[in-house]
Amino acid sequence: MPALASLQRWLFRLAPDEQLPIVLGQRRIFIVPTRAGILFAVVLMVMLIGAINYNLSLGHALIFLLAGLGIVAMVHTFHNLFGLCLTPGRVPAVFAGDLAHFPLQLENTRRQTRRALEFSFAGQATSSVDLPAEGRASVAVSFATQRRGRLDPGRVTLATRYPLGLFRAWSYLHPRWSCIVYPRPIRTALPAPSPTMHADHLHGDNGQEDFAGLRPRQLSDPTRHIAWKAVARRSDEQPHLVKQFAGGAAEELWLAWSLTASESGPEERLSILTGWVLSADEEQARYGLKLPGKQLAVGQGEAHRASCLQALALHGENGEAPESSRQA
Amino acid sequence: MVKMVKHLKAVGKPSASPGSLPLLTLEHGAIPWLLAVALATAGPHAAHLPWWLSLLVGGTLLWRAWLWQQRRPLPPRWALVLLVIGSIAAIAWQFGTLLGKDAGVALLVVFMALKPMEMSSRRDALVVVMLGYFLLLTHYLYSQSIPTGAWLLAAIALLTAALIRLHGGAQPVATILRHALLLLAQALPFMLILYLLFPRVAGPLWGLPQDAYSGLSGLSEEMSPGTISRLTLSGAIAFRSRFAGEPPEKSDLYWRGPVFDEYDGHTWRARALPAKAAKQLPVVAGIGAPLAYSSILEAHNRRWLLALDIATRLPPDSALAPTLEALAREPVRVRTQFSFASSIDYRANVIEAPAILQQALALPKEINPRTRALASEWASRPPEKIAAAALAMFRNEDFYYTLRPSLLGPNAMDEFLFDSRRGFCEHYASAFVFLMRAAGVPARVVAGYQGGELNPVDGYLVVRQSDAHAWAEIWLAGQGWVRFDPTAAVAPARIEQGIDAALPAGEPLPMIVRLDSDWLRQLRNRWEAANNTWNQWVLGYNPQRQREVLSRLGWRDPDWRGMSASLAILCGLALLLVTLWTLPRRLAADPVQRAWQKYCAALKRRGIPRAEWEGPLDFAHRVAREKPDLAALTNEAAGYYAELRYGRRASNGQLLRRLQQCVRRLPPRRRKHS
Repeated sequence: MPALASLQRWLFRLAPDEQLPIVLGQRRIFIVPTRAGILFAVVLMVMLIGAINYNLSLGHALIFLLAGLGIVAMVHTFHNLFGLCLTPGRVPAVFAGDLAHFPLQLENTRRQTRRALEFSFAGQATSSVDLPAEGRASVAVSFATQRRGRLDPGRVTLATRYPLGLFRAWSYLHPRWSCIVYPRPIRTALPAPSPTMHADHLHGDNGQEDFAGLRPRQLSDPTRHIAWKAVARRSDEQPHLVKQFAGGAAEELWLAWSLTASESGPEERLSILTGWVLSADEEQARYGLKLPGKQLAVGQGEAHRASCLQALALHGENGEAPESSRQA
Repeated sequence: MVKMVKHLKAVGKPSASPGSLPLLTLEHGAIPWLLAVALATAGPHAAHLPWWLSLLVGGTLLWRAWLWQQRRPLPPRWALVLLVIGSIAAIAWQFGTLLGKDAGVALLVVFMALKPMEMSSRRDALVVVMLGYFLLLTHYLYSQSIPTGAWLLAAIALLTAALIRLHGGAQPVATILRHALLLLAQALPFMLILYLLFPRVAGPLWGLPQDAYSGLSGLSEEMSPGTISRLTLSGAIAFRSRFAGEPPEKSDLYWRGPVFDEYDGHTWRARALPAKAAKQLPVVAGIGAPLAYSSILEAHNRRWLLALDIATRLPPDSALAPTLEALAREPVRVRTQFSFASSIDYRANVIEAPAILQQALALPKEINPRTRALASEWASRPPEKIAAAALAMFRNEDFYYTLRPSLLGPNAMDEFLFDSRRGFCEHYASAFVFLMRAAGVPARVVAGYQGGELNPVDGYLVVRQSDAHAWAEIWLAGQGWVRFDPTAAVAPARIEQGIDAALPAGEPLPMIVRLDSDWLRQLRNRWEAANNTWNQWVLGYNPQRQREVLSRLGWRDPDWRGMSASLAILCGLALLLVTLWTLPRRLAADPVQRAWQKYCAALKRRGIPRAEWEGPLDFAHRVAREKPDLAALTNEAAGYYAELRYGRRASNGQLLRRLQQCVRRLPPRRRKHS
């Protein structure tokens, strides 16, 4: 059925949106009566028969006014979407099983409030939002993730029934966005740290145990090392001080695929590794990650944690090209 | 198969699956709107529902409001089912049926009152609103007056507002109402087009239930003491007439209704004529020019058309009965206009069927001996003299014209003529006819209306139920039936000026008839003229009127196909207009962006186009290098733009105005002269 598919593609614009912001023109807004709208039409027909039978002139007027109202409601429902500007935002990574939030910035250039805009991915929960007149709002469209990887959620349906609920206008948004879904972490005890492999590694410099004085804070320093008492004594203008530690075993922790129980499945092993990364990060350990075919050098901090988790998320995928809706 | 788990933790309001009608639990704040819908649509029916039903409905709605206010759970379903079954049984008992107009309306009202009791989803709420629309229609079964029409608009606004509240979430009440009124205003052109052009079908489509025309007032098919005087207590309009020329004198306005020729000692009735007499056509000869006029009859569910005595030209589908009243083929069930011509001066049935003359002499035996004795004294005289004697008796002796006569016993005529002597027109007419018959003169009672009041606002002569009257007719050889009005002998003012002049102040006449102050009378005249226009143009807009209106607009012989086509075209045009009205002129960009673009465009015209990639400050630097005379202004504008766009003072109105002023402050362009 290639003809039907291409018709659908043409009719519903299944291709991803390339131009940003997405502006909803009449070409991509669809509108059909809702069940309530059909009920309304049936009620009007029955009323018309009654009005003819009993010769009720005012009854005719009532029915005609309601019919007009139905037509006007259609226009208003359409206009509730028409001309809406949407800009997709950056999608924060989540763990499998959590809700991924796909943010959209909405801009309304009209003088009327746009109400009850409902966003949803196919088969997912709906988020609804009111957009003030000549204003902006943001909405996060949620997607319940199930498995790790790069999540392409497909298109978003933006629908509205406002004002009277007799019609449903909708549009498909298909921004090129994807979400990194980390494996669901399984928390187990960390493997034993291995002795330092590199002889030239500086011992005692950046340890965690012994307090070794204060120094101005750099952006990479974790907040829990800030010397709040010292900060409180100083004026606002000066940079915060952080406590410096020395000594202790600045051991290197290698979180390796080979250390996980080999009887578990590959996904479970990735989950265990994810749990280790989280635990190691919480313990402020310096850790590296060894996966089949990939190795991340020992490191520490937010960025290191993120790159480790991403490596785990995309393990086995050819990292670049997002696969289409592998979650659904 | 992966089990799908729906997470409802979204940023906005969570809701159920998309696509289907949301089965949202109803918002707490939407319920008062729905209760208002129930009250507005079911409430006015209290005027004609049995009292217990109104009480039930009011109580249920109050109960629901209390549950809402206390945030209590709704009653269990079995209780509601019991309540519904009980109400249906009670309605069946009260009306004797579940079909028909009144019982049907009562059922709808019960459903409307009980539905809010089990309303938990948006779908339930929609059912309430749809039921409300339907209930609004049923009001017009009872009244289609101007106030009802105004109520229509208000109620629809409320119902629409309820729908907006249901689908749009919490908003200020004024915002919701304003939006509802806006929608209604935009729907009005569609209503007018449809009203004018929708091909009208003459109803009814099928047989109407028995009670469809109950509650219509007017003359009835029999007359006993009190029948006419009771009718007189109503100020309601019976019909309106407009004469082509000057209307005749008030004392000549006898509008003929049913004719009664059978008396049983208490009640006068119209006797079914023997077939032979019924076939004989009346022979009517008018003397003098006939008066042309048309009457708009209110529905009275009888066949008589209340033509002026005596009708010489009749509207189609009607005929003169052997007893000379104009009868339509079908009872008048909707307000209808009829055209007549009548002659006030006439000869009717100079040759009369023997069966009719015989009936006009019949009297019940052995009652009213004193009246018979009086009549036999006169019997030897010629018939005109007998009638004159009777009228002279009414005029000269101590008779009173009153709405509050004494009660009469079995010998009613004797008691009235010799003892109480207090009566209304039906007493005088029946006593006169009794006397005539007892004296051997063929006579009968005619009921109808007498007089009427000219409304100077629209020129219509208004005849009310209070103008109901009864008079007598006797048959004279060579002259046919001649009218004698004994009431005129007792109270000449009744015939010459109307009932309010004839009755003393203490009599219980309706207020609307007895208006003393001029401005009140004028106000009433204006209101009734407005009603008349409403009746003719809004309520009387039937298939025939539709053709008339369209041909007056220059469309000869419109058929339903043409009407449907033009309807579609006009509705399309209206839709286009509404769309353009609600459409934003242009998808307006951000005002800051617009002002900056305007400024850049102005510079482009001056020879320095801004490159797409150039930021405001970079652009200002370049302008400073290339066109030093514009440097200061461009620097200023770029500064405002950068501040508005990226700085802390975004959406600062004053700054925006200054940016907009920069364009105007640019020096005028130098024209390139060669």
